Amino acid sequence: MPTPRVLVTQAAEATIGLLRDENGPLMFHQSGGCCDGSSPMCFQKGEFRIGGNDVWLGQIHGCDFFMSTSQFEYWQHTQLTVDVTKGRGASFSLEIPLGVRFLIRSRLFTEEESKDMLPVREGEEYLEEQAAA
Amino acid sequence: MAETLEATSTVVARPRFKSHYDNFIGGKWVAPVKGQYFENPSPIDGKAFCKVARSTKEDIELALDAAHEAFKTWGKASPTTRSNVLLKIADVMEANLAHLAAVETVENGKAIRETMAADLPLAIDHFRYFAGVIRAEEGSATELNETTLSLVIQEPLGVVGQIIPWNFPLLMATWKIAPALAAGCCVVVKPAEQTPASIMVLMELLQDVIPPGVLNVVNGFGLEAGKPLASNKRVNKVAFTGETTTGRLILQYAAENITPVTMELGGKSPNIFTKSVMDADDDFLDKCLEGAAMFALNQGEICTCPSRLLIHEDIYDAFMPRLIERVKAIKLGHPLDPDTMMGAQASNDQYEKILSYLEIGKAEGAEVLTGGEAHTHDHPELGDGYYIQPTIFRGHNKMRIFQEEIFGPVLSVATFKDNDEAIEMANDTLYGLGAGLWSRDAHELYTMPRAIQAGRVWVNCYHDYPAGAPFGGYKASGFGRENHKMMLAHYRQTKNMLISYSKQKLGFF
Repeated sequence: MPTPRVLVTQAAEATIGLLRDENGPLMFHQSGGCCDGSSPMCFQKGEFRIGGNDVWLGQIHGCDFFMSTSQFEYWQHTQLTVDVTKGRGASFSLEIPLGVRFLIRSRLFTEEESKDMLPVREGEEYLEEQAAA
Repeated sequence: MAETLEATSTVVARPRFKSHYDNFIGGKWVAPVKGQYFENPSPIDGKAFCKVARSTKEDIELALDAAHEAFKTWGKASPTTRSNVLLKIADVMEANLAHLAAVETVENGKAIRETMAADLPLAIDHFRYFAGVIRAEEGSATELNETTLSLVIQEPLGVVGQIIPWNFPLLMATWKIAPALAAGCCVVVKPAEQTPASIMVLMELLQDVIPPGVLNVVNGFGLEAGKPLASNKRVNKVAFTGETTTGRLILQYAAENITPVTMELGGKSPNIFTKSVMDADDDFLDKCLEGAAMFALNQGEICTCPSRLLIHEDIYDAFMPRLIERVKAIKLGHPLDPDTMMGAQASNDQYEKILSYLEIGKAEGAEVLTGGEAHTHDHPELGDGYYIQPTIFRGHNKMRIFQEEIFGPVLSVATFKDNDEAIEMANDTLYGLGAGLWSRDAHELYTMPRAIQAGRVWVNCYHDYPAGAPFGGYKASGFGRENHKMMLAHYRQTKNMLISYSKQKLGFF
């Protein structure tokens, strides 16, 4: 089985579950840059426009996880785990009113793992295929 | 941890806050429509010290009503009137500087040494800068030919929305508010969730100074209050400082409304130390060492944090021990203690994120030269605060700690062989906000800054933010230039009156 690029902790799954009950299907986009940069952002599915310069990294608890292609260049060697912590982030991410914040924990892939990775997909193309299916 | 110094002297008295803060709309304190509030913890001890309005789109609409009403007069107010209001704001802030500095320290966790010497004085000066600039402005009149005159007049855009970050709550609000008011716009501000209260304390001081509705402040969560502001059809421009995903979302809303935006989205700033730095052991070298230690300013929570130290390989062995010594001398302590040099990270999730990067750095094989852990204070009040040791890693430029904005007191050091390699490494990043170049060589001092793809290159200095020096990003760091009169153009549109003084028809019809 190919090595997944994104994982999720049980605690984060529970938060995703709560948010999904309230908001319907969800998506994640990994942020970069200032302030709350480097945090994963959770939105209602379709709220954030995925383009040709995003990549799809996989799914966590039924939600697609995307990142900009240029950022992925630097992040591709690490496996990401979406976790959740107490705290208050800024941004439009859905969990913030709950007083918790999704965050990324990560580790480098081993050499063995990197031989068989889950292939990433161009974001827009992936979504078009999903819509057609 | 035993190596980290702790300050011991007297702590400034903690300022009093109200139990809760409503929104400031139309010059009045207005409770949120849905009656909800959220707790505001201080990073100093992790304990809530007040509640603020948890607003929704209904509150944003009220603020926009007030702003649009106020714009009818403020948009036509003379430059003299607008300038005088800005000057009064500065005077009130100056008269209350020590109080506001203490408030800002409790709010954000940063050391009071910095709020007293930087945040507040810079904010005050910023209002005065824009007050001055608009008194000296002129439009233009061009005689295009004998009977055709082109008049260029700047008109304010109208009502603008501003989303403020949490790293310098009052100063970053000032960077956005001052040029907007100077330009004749009315403003709805949404402060960051982590730092919603200090600006409300400022509004209490300013409520009789600013005409009602000209400046409105609405607190709340991004999704509930920020989005209804950023996506609102009645907002003529949005200014945002933050991260790239939210930046893209706001650009997406702006595309739907066809409104202009300015974006400041951070960076991963290189700070380059060339070989000549070590040519003498003098005041300049001392300044260079301070410049390299600047990553710890504001606990590293600055978009331009010089978090990548690029140093010539020939001077690494001589320079680094002295830098490590300088960084070990950074005193961590109670943020309200005037001797404390580095305070608390602004929020728990920020603290967790930085700790996770310290782990990533170690896992990627970077060598910890100093720090590398959370910092635990013995002080009984600080037990649950968010403290991290200033940390230096040695590694290479492709590591994630070199590429991602950690937004904490974490420096990643790499060496270069020659200036070409230094430039290549400096530019090998998605971002381009700030950079530093240190040299004694007259040629390098000009050619290297020009080769660095960043909007601000500090040359033989770092972290200086005087009003009058334009500040903004290249590449993924965004667009727009704050801190300079050119920001006025981002809050205005150009009216061209093309006037004919000829009595003769053109002859087409």
